[in-house]
Amino acid sequence: MKKRLLSVLLCTAMISTMLIGCGGGGNEGGGGGSDEPAEMGSAEDFDWKNCDGTTINVMFNEHNYSKAVISKIEEFEELTGITVEYSSTPESNYFDKLNTALSSRSGTPDVYMTGAYQVWEYASAGYMEPLDDYINNPAKTAADYNFDDFLSATVDPLRWDLVPGHAVGEGSQWALPMGWELNNLAYNKSVFEDKQLTVPTTTDELLEVAESLNEFAGSGSYGIAVRGTREWATIHPGYMSLFATWGAKDFEIEDGKLVCKLDSKEAIEMTDYWVKLIKAAGPSQWSNYTWYEASSDLGAGKAAMLFDATSAGYFQNFEGASDQSGNIAWSTIPLPEGKTEADMKANVWIWSMAMNADSKNKDAAWLFLQYFTSPEYMQYAGTDGASPDTPRQSVMDSAEYKEIVGSADNYLESIEVLSENATIQFTPQPYFFECTTKWAEVLQDLVLTDKYSSTEEAMKQLKKDLDTIVSDLEVSE
Amino acid sequence: MKEQNKNSTAANELNVVPFKTRMRPYLIVAPALLITIGIMIPFIMSIYYSLTSYSFRLPNYSFIGLKNWIAILKSGGFWKAVWVTLRYAFFSTALEMLLGMGVAMLLNNLNNKFSKILRVALIFPLMVAPITATIIWQLMLNNSVGIVEKFLNIFGVYNFPWAAGASTAMMTVVMIDVWVNTSFCMLLVLAGLQSLPKSPFESAKIDGGSPWFNFINLTLPMLKPSLYIALLFRLMAALQEYAIIFGLTKGGPGDTLMNLSLTSYQTGFQFQKFGYALPYILVLWIFINMVAKQIVKRQRAAQKQAAGLEE
Repeated sequence: MKKRLLSVLLCTAMISTMLIGCGGGGNEGGGGGSDEPAEMGSAEDFDWKNCDGTTINVMFNEHNYSKAVISKIEEFEELTGITVEYSSTPESNYFDKLNTALSSRSGTPDVYMTGAYQVWEYASAGYMEPLDDYINNPAKTAADYNFDDFLSATVDPLRWDLVPGHAVGEGSQWALPMGWELNNLAYNKSVFEDKQLTVPTTTDELLEVAESLNEFAGSGSYGIAVRGTREWATIHPGYMSLFATWGAKDFEIEDGKLVCKLDSKEAIEMTDYWVKLIKAAGPSQWSNYTWYEASSDLGAGKAAMLFDATSAGYFQNFEGASDQSGNIAWSTIPLPEGKTEADMKANVWIWSMAMNADSKNKDAAWLFLQYFTSPEYMQYAGTDGASPDTPRQSVMDSAEYKEIVGSADNYLESIEVLSENATIQFTPQPYFFECTTKWAEVLQDLVLTDKYSSTEEAMKQLKKDLDTIVSDLEVSE
Repeated sequence: MKEQNKNSTAANELNVVPFKTRMRPYLIVAPALLITIGIMIPFIMSIYYSLTSYSFRLPNYSFIGLKNWIAILKSGGFWKAVWVTLRYAFFSTALEMLLGMGVAMLLNNLNNKFSKILRVALIFPLMVAPITATIIWQLMLNNSVGIVEKFLNIFGVYNFPWAAGASTAMMTVVMIDVWVNTSFCMLLVLAGLQSLPKSPFESAKIDGGSPWFNFINLTLPMLKPSLYIALLFRLMAALQEYAIIFGLTKGGPGDTLMNLSLTSYQTGFQFQKFGYALPYILVLWIFINMVAKQIVKRQRAAQKQAAGLEE
């Protein structure tokens, strides 16, 4: 009997060891990361087959970036012996689904697609595994991974010290970029040629030109497409880029507290301008417009201009993508009075991938992250049209990328100008989504209702509301 | 003495009920009991969590008493959500009941091949999930590619705002709800109409009763039980409405369509303030429970009245 018991115990121990052999890794407990440096192995220990036989679960947002990853999963499985189970969810519900999955703390998904702003919420909540110990460990990372090849504007915003109010760029690396998006003006060059218009370089010109382009192609066509749904996504592209260029800020740290600055002169002026622009030349169903509707209107020849993510227009421009393929060109950010190119501040959005701090298969998850952010994969993603805004310098420098993406009129040139000051223009803090949803709600009220007598009244009320939302955050200077 | 013992043992043996038989009542009740436990556990937990600072983004939470409830009842957002919930429920349920009843009566009177085809065709929207119907309508109402816009253009109407306008958003979501759910009311009323006895109507015909007289004095009183059933289901669903509003506008423009369900969902799952989100849904539950009890009470009374058991 004793022998039988002993053999059962031994078998259990063996099986457990086999099962957890590829698990663990990284920092136990995850989330907040460990202060103790992890043990580093040697490069000889690295092998893509180190986690052979493991199964990982990945959650994707439905996007061109994730489609490109999914198309290469089979190759990854062959190389590593890891089985990848994945789900792809439309953006409107993706983060709600992800929030629920992460908060269950079950360890599923092991890897998930995320954005830069989500880091402030997920890393603070302990849902993200810090990646530095994986990146810097030669036993876990291939010698040719070359982390320094990433553009700093694409990896620094994914680095944060978890202190509300502190700028990004310091602290742990919480995620790795799949592709980044800056925000600028895209326009239909054939419409501008037909109407003999020049591309607006100032905000006054933008308003004037946009208004003059209403009904440029008959009833229903209009000047400029921008997003307008009641969510954070309305604030971060064109609006936030112009907001920062105008010299406005969302929050500042005062006496150890985050204080909302949406009632500043610059913030009120800019918002007032934005409301005028939408009323004068925006889409009639603006409050239902996501990036999809806005960019589709540019592609369909219904909107003459688009102030949104660089890639939103790009996806409408390649051959066969839309009615106006090949007719789209890019400019930078129109400047408010008294501002110069040096003041131009594009807000950045980075589709990224992160590891769940509760994952039971952290080493396998890291191999996945590593493979799909490697120079080889990025070359593929950058040149097949999936990721025109590549996060790797080596891809940007490649002749193939320059030939394909560079053929878009002034696309790379405008990115080069915008890159100078491009970063996340929001103040990092974990109530980001609540604050920006409220912000978008007020913007909708200003455009569509008589709730407020002036933009100033609305912004002052918004400032009060946002101060209440972040009131429990303690900020160390 | 021995004889006496023998008799009592035999009696005891007869009185011993087999184990299976003894367990039968418990087995019959078990599924209902399990379902009740399955409902009550999360319900009681939600009451508890509404009294805490529970949040998905915090590792720990604390008991804060009625702080969430007081904060919510004091906030303007809550009362706005109550108002939106009631308006939506009233307009959608009233329209569905009226249209459902009207169409059911027409179909009942027609009773030919055409009405049989219509009966099948009219329940098609009911087979479509509300969120799918919302996406279909979203496309149809789109000013760029929507068929409704093209149709309105014939009459010189361009760029009608539909869900994108603060003054037209409520009308748009109610319209979609009516499109999806009117057939549900129609089916229940039609079933009720077909089960009505024929003799009172024949007597009224002999006495020269007008159609209006028949409707007010015969059809309506006898149809009341079916109408209450339809009202109960539709009103409960309309008070909880989530899919159509979220799918179409996410509660916007501004907070025009932020009802209790949407506010609770947004607070809990998007802003991750779970403890703060629960009072919204619990208030909704209390309200629905009160309304449902009233309707059930009236339905029972109407049923008795229709059966002639009560004057």
